[in-house]
Amino acid sequence: MCGIAALQLRNPLLHPQLGSLLSSMLCQIVDRGPDSAGLAVYNSPELVKQGTSTLSLLGKDQGLSLAGITDGIADLLPADAGTAVQVVGDTTLVSAAVDTDLLAKAVGGTLPGATIIGRGQHVAVMKSVGHPMEIAADHGLAAMAGSQGLSHTRMATESAVTAGGSHPFSVADDLCLVHNGSFSNHATVRRELKREGAVFDSENDTEVGARYIASRLKQGDTLQEALVNLGKVLDGFYTLVVTTADSMAVVRDPIACKPAIIAETHDYVAMASEYRALASLPGIDHARIFEPEPGKVYTWSL
Amino acid sequence: MVTLTIPEADMPPATAPEGIPAGIGVDLDDSPVRELNQALHDAVDGQSWTVTSPGGKHSLAVGIDADVDVTIEGHAGYYAAGMHQKGRVTITGNAGVGLAENIMSGSVHVKGDASQSAAATGHGGLVVIDGNAGARCGISMKGVDIVVGGDIGHMSAFMAQAGRLVVCGNAGDALGDSIYEARIYVKGSVASLGADCIEKPMRAEHLEELAGLLAAAGRTEDPAGFRRYGSARNLYHFHVDNSTSY
Repeated sequence: MCGIAALQLRNPLLHPQLGSLLSSMLCQIVDRGPDSAGLAVYNSPELVKQGTSTLSLLGKDQGLSLAGITDGIADLLPADAGTAVQVVGDTTLVSAAVDTDLLAKAVGGTLPGATIIGRGQHVAVMKSVGHPMEIAADHGLAAMAGSQGLSHTRMATESAVTAGGSHPFSVADDLCLVHNGSFSNHATVRRELKREGAVFDSENDTEVGARYIASRLKQGDTLQEALVNLGKVLDGFYTLVVTTADSMAVVRDPIACKPAIIAETHDYVAMASEYRALASLPGIDHARIFEPEPGKVYTWSL
Repeated sequence: MVTLTIPEADMPPATAPEGIPAGIGVDLDDSPVRELNQALHDAVDGQSWTVTSPGGKHSLAVGIDADVDVTIEGHAGYYAAGMHQKGRVTITGNAGVGLAENIMSGSVHVKGDASQSAAATGHGGLVVIDGNAGARCGISMKGVDIVVGGDIGHMSAFMAQAGRLVVCGNAGDALGDSIYEARIYVKGSVASLGADCIEKPMRAEHLEELAGLLAAAGRTEDPAGFRRYGSARNLYHFHVDNSTSY
C-alpha cells in the first residue's frame, strides 16, 4: 500500500507549524505503511543553514564521534567551509559552505561506509525502520519549522524493509521523490541509467524513478516535463510526489491505481493518500479539495 | 441438508417506540466507528441519525438494515455506506473509494464528489453523486441505479450486468468496457467506449426511464439531451466459430 503526506506552505506565518502539521498528517497514513518511514523537510532553520550545503546520512552512529567526523571532513575542505555535524533522531546531518559534490567527497573520505539519503541547500531527509510515528517523534518532527515537507509510510513490496529502501529518495540537490505503487520495468531503466553513469544506493524501484527524474532535470527538462517523460519510460502503477527547493509536483499513473487527494487554500497545498490525513489542517473546510486526474502532472511553486 | 430461514421473519417489524427522540447524533471525535456502525445496526425504522466529525474515516454507516435516515456531515473515507440494505444515507461532503459498494437497496446521496469505484457491484437501490465520480464508477454493477451530476472517470460501468448509470457531465475513457447489460445515459462527451459498448437509440421508454431516474435524484436536466449506451452483446455470447477449439 504505502502512504504519502506532503505539505507546501504558501503562507510564511505557518512555517513554524510545518512539523506539527506534517506530523498530524503522517499520523493518519500510518495504517497504509507501518514498516518504515521517511521525512523530508525544507528550509528548516534547525536543520539547514542558508549559504551552506547539507548532506543527510543514514543512521545516527557512523562509527566515529561527532568531533571525529567534523574534524575528518573539515580536513578535506577549505578552511573557511565551517563544517558542522549534528545528529537528529536516526539521521546524521553534515553541513559546510561548499557545493554538495565536494561535501559528498569529503564525507566519502571520512566515512566510507556512509549512505547519503539527502542533499542540497534547503532539504534535510530523515528515514528509518519502525513505526512511523516513533520515527517522527525520534526526529522531533512536530517541533520543526520549514517551508514544505514530505512524508512517506512504507509497506515494502519491491525491495527489503530497510532504512535505505525507505522513501523519500533524494538523489540530486534538493530533489525528493516519494512513491505509492511499484515500477515493473525498473530493472531495465536502471541498466540504462547505469550506462549513463548513474550510481545506485539500493535495489529499490523508486530510486530508479528518482534517478530518472534527476537525469531528465540535468538534461534541461522542467519538473513537469521530467514527470511526463517518466510516464513514457517507467511502467507500473504509481502516485508520485516530487519536491524541489521551491516546488512540489504530484502525478498518478494513467490507470490511477493508487489514491491521491489534494487540498488547496491560500495558505498551503497539501497532498495525501487519503482525505483523513488532510482533515485536521487549518481551514480545511474552505479548501479546494480534489483528486488529481490520472496521468496529469500537477505542480505548485513557492 | 441446510435449510435457509429468515430468523426474524415472524417478528413484528421494528418501529421507533414512542418517546425516542427523532434525531440521534454521533460525533466521531468522541465515538469510534465500530460503535457508530453497531448503533446503526441496532437502529429501528423511522429513526434519524446525524454523524458529525467524520474526518474522512473509513467504513462509515456500512450495512444499514433499517429504514433510517443517516446524515454524515462532512467528508467520508473509504467504503462509506457499503452493503447498504435499507434507508437513506446522505454525505454532505465527499466520499472516498468504494462508496456504497455492494449496495442492495435503499439510497445513498453524496453532495460532493465520490472517489473511485462508487457503487461497485451494487445489486439495487439508488446512488446519487451531485459532484464528480472517479474512475470505475459502477464497476460490475448488478442492478443499482447511479446518477452522477458531474463527470465520471475512466473504466466506469466495467463489466456492468444490470442497472442504470446516468451521467450529467462527461464520461472518461473505456466507458462500459465488457458490459453485459445495464443501460448508460450520458449528457456530455464520452472520451471513448470500451469493448462491446455501443451507442444505442433513445426510444420513448428510455426517455421515460431516464426522466424517472433524474427526478429521483432531484435533478432538472432534460432527458432529451442525453445519449444512451449499452452492450453490443457480441462479447459475452459464446461464438459458434470457436466450437472447434475444444
